[in-house]
Amino acid sequence: MRKFALTAIAAAFALTAFANTSSKAAEGVVPPAMEWSWQGLFGTYDRAQLQRGFQVFKTVCATCHSMRYLAFRNLEGIGFNEDQIKAIAAEYEVQDGPNDDGEMFTRTAKPSDHFPHPFANDKAAAAANGGATPPDLSLMAKARPHGPDYIHALLTGYEEEAPAGVEMADGKYYNHYFPSHQISMPPPLYGNDVEYTDGTEATVDQEVLDVTAFLNWIAEPELEARKAMGMKVLLFLIVLTAMLYAVKRKIWAKIEH
Amino acid sequence: MSAPVWNNKVVKWVDDRLPVFSMLHHSAYEYPTPKNLSYMWNFGSLAGLVLVTMILTGIFLVMNYTPHADMAFDSVERIMRDVNYGWLIRYLHMNGASMFFIAVYIHIFRGLYYGSYKAPREVLWWIGILILLAMMATAFMGYVLPWGQMSFWGATVITNLFSAFPVIGDPLVTWLWGGFSVGNPTLNRFFSLHYLLPFVILGLVVLHVWALHTVRSNNPTGVEIKTPQDSIPFHPYYTIKDLFGMGVFLIIYLYFVFFAPNFFGEPDNYIMANPLSTPAHIVPEWYFLPFYAILRSIDFEFLGMPAKLLGVLAMFAAIIVLFVIPWLDTSKVRSSRFRPVYKWFFVVLIIDCFVLGYCGAKAPSDPFMGLHGLQVITVGQLATLYYFLHFLVVMPVVGKMERPKPLPASISESVLKGGANA
Repeated sequence: MRKFALTAIAAAFALTAFANTSSKAAEGVVPPAMEWSWQGLFGTYDRAQLQRGFQVFKTVCATCHSMRYLAFRNLEGIGFNEDQIKAIAAEYEVQDGPNDDGEMFTRTAKPSDHFPHPFANDKAAAAANGGATPPDLSLMAKARPHGPDYIHALLTGYEEEAPAGVEMADGKYYNHYFPSHQISMPPPLYGNDVEYTDGTEATVDQEVLDVTAFLNWIAEPELEARKAMGMKVLLFLIVLTAMLYAVKRKIWAKIEH
Repeated sequence: MSAPVWNNKVVKWVDDRLPVFSMLHHSAYEYPTPKNLSYMWNFGSLAGLVLVTMILTGIFLVMNYTPHADMAFDSVERIMRDVNYGWLIRYLHMNGASMFFIAVYIHIFRGLYYGSYKAPREVLWWIGILILLAMMATAFMGYVLPWGQMSFWGATVITNLFSAFPVIGDPLVTWLWGGFSVGNPTLNRFFSLHYLLPFVILGLVVLHVWALHTVRSNNPTGVEIKTPQDSIPFHPYYTIKDLFGMGVFLIIYLYFVFFAPNFFGEPDNYIMANPLSTPAHIVPEWYFLPFYAILRSIDFEFLGMPAKLLGVLAMFAAIIVLFVIPWLDTSKVRSSRFRPVYKWFFVVLIIDCFVLGYCGAKAPSDPFMGLHGLQVITVGQLATLYYFLHFLVVMPVVGKMERPKPLPASISESVLKGGANA
C-alpha cells in the first residue's frame, strides 16, 4: 500500500510536470494569473457579472466579432428569464427563408435563433477590418493558453507607444500580451462604453473583468453543472474506495503475502 | 482444478452445451495467481477498464458526431452544449485516452522491470506490443476527428512522414489522404478506422488474456509458481484487489474529467481547422512526445538516406525493438529485484523516456530546461542514443556480466521472509 501510494504520487507528479511543459510549448508573454469566481473545486459564475459582460459583448465586441455557439435561449444560463430572453432576441433581426415564394426574408429573432453575425462572411469581415478577420469569440477562453487570464491581459495590455526599435506595421496596435505584439484590433474599451443596467460603474477594468467572465461562460457553459456533479462523484468514489480497501484487507487477512 | 459441478439446472443445461460458466469459473475464479503480486500488477485490469469506457463513450459520441470537414467541429460543440450530458461523455472519452496510455505505459514498464517478456511469456509480450501499436493508431486518428487546428496539422505532419519512403512515398501519402492534402476524405476514413480499431484492440486483449492464462502471471520475484502454496485463486483475492485499484484510478481519472478536463489538451484544438493558417508550434498529444523526439532527433544523412527517412525509421524502430528484447536480454534472472546492476540502468531508461518526452514538447532550438548553450535537439539526440543503447547493448551485455543476487527457492519462501515489500 505504501509503495502503491508512492508510485501513484510519483506518477502524478511526473505527469503534471510533463503535461505542463507540453501545454506551454507555444506561448509568448505569460499573462498575470487573476482570481476568477469559477476557479477551484467549488467555483461558480457570478450571474450579475455575466449579465454585465453580455452587455459589454453585445454593445462593443459584437460590432466586429461573431459568437456562433450563442443562441438567445442559452442566456437562461446567465440568469435571464424567458420574457427577458424574448425581449433581448427581439432587438435583433435574422435572415430566414426561403418562404413559399422562394424569397429569403428578415424577421425578428426568436429565443431559438443564434446570435447574428456582424458580417455576411469572413471575407466581408476582413474587408471591413483592415484585412484581419475578427475571430469568433465562443471558444476564446479555451482556445488560448491561460484562457481567461490571457483575454484579461490582452484587453488591458495595449501600449500607446511601441518600445523603441519596434517597427509597427500599418494599422497595427502594440499589445504587450499578443504573441507578435502587433494586433489588428484597436483598443476596444475605454471606460463608460456601456451604461450598466445594475448601476455598476463602467470603468475599463470593470468592463474587462465582466466581459472576460462572459467569454469564459460561453466557452464553458457546463462548468457549474460539471463541478457540482464532480463533487458528488468524487465523494461517492472516495467512500466506495475506502470500503473496497477495508474489504480487501479483510479478505487478504488470512493470506501470507 | 476439477470441473465445477453446477447445481442450478439452467446453468448446467447451458454449460453442457456451451461451457461458458465452466470457462468463467476456470479463468476468473480459480485461475491460480501468485500470492505476492504487488500493486504494479493492477494496471492490466485498469487498462481493460479504460478500454471498455472508451468503447462505450465512443459509441454514444458517434450518435451525435458528424464526420464531415465542414461540420465536425460544430457537431463536437453541439455535443458539448446541447446534447444531454454530452460534455460528460466527451470529457470522459478525451481524458480516457490519456488515462489509457498512463495505465498501459506503467503496465509496460512493470513488465520490463520484472522481466515479464522472458520465456515462456514472449507471445504474451508480443500481443501487448501489438495492442500498443493499435492504441497509438486509434489515438492518433481519434485526435483528428474534432477537426481543430491541432487535429488538422497533427494529421498533416504525421501522414507526411510516409513521404520519406523512397519511390512509393508520395503516392502512398496521396493514397492515405484520399486527395492531395488532408481533407474531408481523410477525416472520413480516419473516422471509419477509429471506430474499427478499438474492436481489433478488444480482440487482441482476448488473445493477451488467453496467453496470460496459459503461461500464468509473472510476479515480483520472477520465480514461477512451483507448489500450490505459491498461488491463490483469482477470486476473491485479486478481484477485490483490482476493484480497489479501480476505485483509486477512477478518483484520479474523474478528477480530471470534472475539474481539469482540458489539462491534457492543446488550446489550439478549440480553433476550427484552417488549412491556410499553420499554428506556431505543432505538438502531438503527450503520449506521443517521446516518439516525436526520436523522430526529430535525426537531423543528419547517413548511408545516403535522408534525415527524414532515418527519423521515421528510428521512430518505428523504437517500438519494433521491443519485439526482440526476449532475446536481447541475456540474464537468466527475470526480476530486476535480483539484478543489482541492471536495476540502475532501468532507472536511467525511465528518466530517459521522460527526457525524450520533454524534448518532444519543445522546439528543437529551445534551450534545454532553460540552460543556455544546451539545445533541446542535442539532448534529444543523446536520449535517443541511450534509448537504443539500453535495449541493444545494455540488455545483452549487463545480462552476461552481472552477478545476480540469490533467488528465493519459491514464492512462498520469499513471502515468509517478508520479501513482498523488499
